[in-house]
Amino acid sequence: MASKTNLCLSGTGVTKVFGFGRNRTLAVDHVDFAFHEGEIISIVGESGSGKTTLAKMLLGLISTTEGEIFFQGQKRDISSGKKKKEYWKNIQAIFQDPFSAYNTFHKIDAVLLDCIKLRGGDRLPKEEKVKLMTEACSFVNLKFAELTNKYPFELSGGQMQRLMIARIFLLKPKILIADEPTSMIDACSRATILDYLMKLRDETGMTLIFITHDIGLAYYVSDTVYIMEHGKFVESGTADAVILRPQEPYTRRLISDVPKIYEEWDLSTV
Amino acid sequence: MKHTINQVFHSGKFVVGFTILMTTLFVVFVYPLFIKEPPLQIIGQGTFFPPGLYVNTYDTINAPTTYTLNLSDAEARRIASRLSQDDRVAMQEWLVAFGIPEDEIDIENTEQLLTQWEANYDPNLRLPGMTFARQRYFQRVNASIDGLLSTEGAIIAARNAETGELEETGVVKLTDFANINDVANVRLLPLGTDNFGRDISTQLVAAAGVSLLIGLVAGLIATSIGLVLGLMAGYIGGIVDDSIMFVTNLFTVIPTFVLLILISFSISQDQRGAITIAIVIGFTSWVWTARAVRSQVFSLRNRDHVNLSKLSGHPVPRIIFADILPYIASYVVMAFILQVSSAILAEASLSILGLGPRTTETPTLGLMMNWAMIYQAHILGKWWAYMPVLLTIALITFSMNLMNTGLDQVFNPALRD
Repeated sequence: MASKTNLCLSGTGVTKVFGFGRNRTLAVDHVDFAFHEGEIISIVGESGSGKTTLAKMLLGLISTTEGEIFFQGQKRDISSGKKKKEYWKNIQAIFQDPFSAYNTFHKIDAVLLDCIKLRGGDRLPKEEKVKLMTEACSFVNLKFAELTNKYPFELSGGQMQRLMIARIFLLKPKILIADEPTSMIDACSRATILDYLMKLRDETGMTLIFITHDIGLAYYVSDTVYIMEHGKFVESGTADAVILRPQEPYTRRLISDVPKIYEEWDLSTV
Repeated sequence: MKHTINQVFHSGKFVVGFTILMTTLFVVFVYPLFIKEPPLQIIGQGTFFPPGLYVNTYDTINAPTTYTLNLSDAEARRIASRLSQDDRVAMQEWLVAFGIPEDEIDIENTEQLLTQWEANYDPNLRLPGMTFARQRYFQRVNASIDGLLSTEGAIIAARNAETGELEETGVVKLTDFANINDVANVRLLPLGTDNFGRDISTQLVAAAGVSLLIGLVAGLIATSIGLVLGLMAGYIGGIVDDSIMFVTNLFTVIPTFVLLILISFSISQDQRGAITIAIVIGFTSWVWTARAVRSQVFSLRNRDHVNLSKLSGHPVPRIIFADILPYIASYVVMAFILQVSSAILAEASLSILGLGPRTTETPTLGLMMNWAMIYQAHILGKWWAYMPVLLTIALITFSMNLMNTGLDQVFNPALRD
């Protein structure tokens, strides 16, 4: 465990229950975690294991049923709109599906301008704003001049996801939660998106929380890996420890599910 | 926005419906500019004058110039207008019953028939087996054919102011014509008059306007209530959702129309104006809008673009207006159109039961149906008192439903051809 740096986001007994009575679903079941500043953390699990629910709780988009989340050692307080806004300056997200992540009625400029506004740059002159937006776009190899006055649906999925990263570039949050940022993107764009995310992380030094079902990707990018099954963290540790020497059968299964070149694919667990 | 409107106006159904509705509105606004008399003014003495062009007889006689036209079929037309084929058959029947051999009667020979009739007919005679009504009918026929074959003109006489004697002032010859442009008073009653002697066409235009207004007000009220409650229930969720849905479900279970009747009944007649009825209709028909909006908002509020908007620090009202409303706007517009059309129908149904607006000030389509029904226009065969009203109601609701279907096809990709 890399505990050299400060804790930035941690939680004890975080639980989320949906519904009640017969419909009661335990989505996240008393999980404990400690994310350190500057780390790249992966949360790996199959569909329905509660990864996204956990991410939404971390983001403060949904409430926790039980348990506490600590932000930079302090108990997180997002009880009012103002406090939430303050919290969201520090923690941001990239969503899985770029096609549904944009309001189709607003132009692309509005998305980027919102970020400048959140950073307190509302009163900047227009040229300054355009400069910021151009800079953000060129970071992800997009030309702002071509995007301005366009609607999100006029872009390709890869472009939209890159624009999401540009948004994060403008916001420069302390923590970024990337909820399967590459799963809706074709394989070619996937590598670019990952590269930009890594580049952004190197530049800003932010904590990156990867939510993914792809254990190979988790191994490739992360320092720490948490394996999630049915709302519980079943295994956690450094990437090397978890992936190369898995203790839990679930982890082994996840690893064996990764198709490998020159090897027969074991379909018995699917 | 512009793109959407463009798309909507490419839908044939929407355009047809829209055109019909706009034409109706155009007539409602333009008609009163030409015919200025109030819609409920009683102009006819008597009930149910048939549709047609009404020419003032007095003015016709006194037309400045008279023209003489020798038309070959004038006499035949004149006879036909006063002595129909049915009358001829009836006359033959009477004469046969009286004792004239059937082969001696030629009903096509007007002159011979009239001579035989005049020689034998006795208005006071009631043949065996003949009803009193039938006797009166023959008396009427007798009166109507009086002087039918006369070639003399009609004498116009005026009373001498001093002596009180009638003095001949002129003769109207059989070949005299007046140009209708010279006649001072000509009135077109395209749909005749109703039971009170009011011009139905003027009334119908005014009624269509009032009914559309009722529909608009009721539709606005119903849609706003439905929208606000649906948004609140869907976006806030939890206990707010539960309580709003409880009330909504209560309203769903109670049949709306029964509720409407009870409320209208409990408002006294003199307080029931057109707008009051519209408000009552609006307050009883928001239920389905609320339910539908709620479920749509429910599915929208967990979408990523809403989450992104939250993460960008937008306040709740802005999220509702910018990130949720535009996504349900098309549905709300469609619901609104349907609300308007069903409110017009609801008003008509209420009024026909006698629970509509009070009857003295404004006509509505429902009230016109109510009057036609009370005065038995349908039994008397006075189709012009109710048929145009029916068609207007059908046309307005049809156009709105057509617009709705058109919109549905534009906004619902599954229905696109």
